[in-house]
Amino acid sequence: MLDTTSRPLLEIAGLEAWYGESHILHGVDFNVRQGEVVCLLGRNGAGKTTTLKSIQGMVGKRKGSVRFEGTETIGMSSDKIARLGIALCPEERGIFASLDVKENLMLPPQVKPGGLPVEQIFELFPNLKERLASQGTKLSGGEQQMLAIGRILRTGATLLMLDEPTEGLAPVIIQQIGHTIRKLKAQGFTILLVEQNFRFASTVADRYYVMEHGQIIHSFANSELTDNMDKLHELLGV
Amino acid sequence: MMIPLLNIPTQALFGQLLLGLINGAFYALLSLGLAVIFGMLNIVNFAHGALYMVGAFVAYFLLNLAGLGYWWALLLAPVLIGAVGVIIERTMLQRLSGLDHLYGLLLTFGLALIIQGLFQNYFGSSGLPYEIPDALKGGQNLGFMYLPNYRAWVVVFSLVICIATWYMIEKTKLGAYLRAATENPTLVRAFGINVPLMITLTYGFGVGLAALAGVLSAPINQVRPLMGADFIIVVFAVVVIGGMGSIMGSIVTGFMLGVIEGLTKVFYPEASNTVVFVIMAIVLLIKPAGLFGRTA
Repeated sequence: MLDTTSRPLLEIAGLEAWYGESHILHGVDFNVRQGEVVCLLGRNGAGKTTTLKSIQGMVGKRKGSVRFEGTETIGMSSDKIARLGIALCPEERGIFASLDVKENLMLPPQVKPGGLPVEQIFELFPNLKERLASQGTKLSGGEQQMLAIGRILRTGATLLMLDEPTEGLAPVIIQQIGHTIRKLKAQGFTILLVEQNFRFASTVADRYYVMEHGQIIHSFANSELTDNMDKLHELLGV
Repeated sequence: MMIPLLNIPTQALFGQLLLGLINGAFYALLSLGLAVIFGMLNIVNFAHGALYMVGAFVAYFLLNLAGLGYWWALLLAPVLIGAVGVIIERTMLQRLSGLDHLYGLLLTFGLALIIQGLFQNYFGSSGLPYEIPDALKGGQNLGFMYLPNYRAWVVVFSLVICIATWYMIEKTKLGAYLRAATENPTLVRAFGINVPLMITLTYGFGVGLAALAGVLSAPINQVRPLMGADFIIVVFAVVVIGGMGSIMGSIVTGFMLGVIEGLTKVFYPEASNTVVFVIMAIVLLIKPAGLFGRTA
């Protein structure tokens, strides 16, 4: 059972973000509670990826409030934010070509105790163990995604942000990633997911926020999904 | 003794080969520093030659003002110039982050002119003597040539430093951070690594290598305000031939071009000053990313 009364792990209020002169987020408000899987939905360009990058401090300029475990992070650099226990698996996966698989996996430093041991990561993604000496970018798309998720599990981060983890992957790999997310949730990780694949999201998410034009315009719990289908079709154009 | 076919005295051949190796050692140390800096900061560090010269002057000052000899200079000059590099990076280069390469090149070129101008103003253009340390005086008669101890030391020590740097970058966790930050600094920072600090220290390390080369060079080439300016253009050619930012490329190409230059002095002396640039032009035409460079 989710604890819906306690203070949220992540609280975002009036978050605005800019890339250079472009104003992308126009006051985003939402929260994520400990142990939840929360999914951000929205059309391309709605601001979902920018929201994740803003939480991690990776945009040029941001305003508003982002509190993690009660600590205000809006003025912090991205390395300090990471050390609080927030980790991002980016949309483009961010596998380093000049590093082999093992180096990619071991790259992010441990920020807190409680990260998964490497053996447990290999249990989740057995393919990685067989390809440790390969160049990171020589892996298949699915294996690269596993590597991108696997490397942030080691760090001890308690909030994992996954940006479109199923994009461009075969159904069998998508199933494996869904299985992994459920397993991570059972282990107590909190997950903020950005997903275009709504069918996939519905198998893992507890709650949804829908974004448009850099703002949250609708939210509902997974139990209210059926009642919200018509509205979702309208908002997402699916 | 002569090489019969080419009618060249072996003493001359091996002498030039050794000279080539010595120059190659300096090319390798300097281009290695440039490669490390370019890889991490995306800056073509034109101040490199000037800081190489300052390294030699630090050795000269340590000896004449503080009575600290060559071995102390070998340790202290890279540390002092590295600290100067840290200040340059923090106060000036950091402001250029994200801008076109050209700005970094212009700023460091300006710095080089200022530093060289200052030293030239105080010390003129002629060389100041710096003695070979006692332990490395003399030489070995190898039969086919005479090998001065100091020159052998320069080649071996440079090679050790180059290989140690390569090992650090390619085989250690710190090196993995550096390589990853070269590719995607924003993401590496988002993993919790203090990338700006790494960039500052990388610049300090790169110019520290230049200072080390300056100290090594002092007993061979004397200490002159323009010693870096004469050298740096060839070193840039070495970096381009090896591949901008390639560590192994800088080391191999540095030594290789030193030897080629030396051999050219034996076989066709008229071309010895231009052979490096001819090779650069050919490499750029055939393999624009350099011999060891990665294409994007």
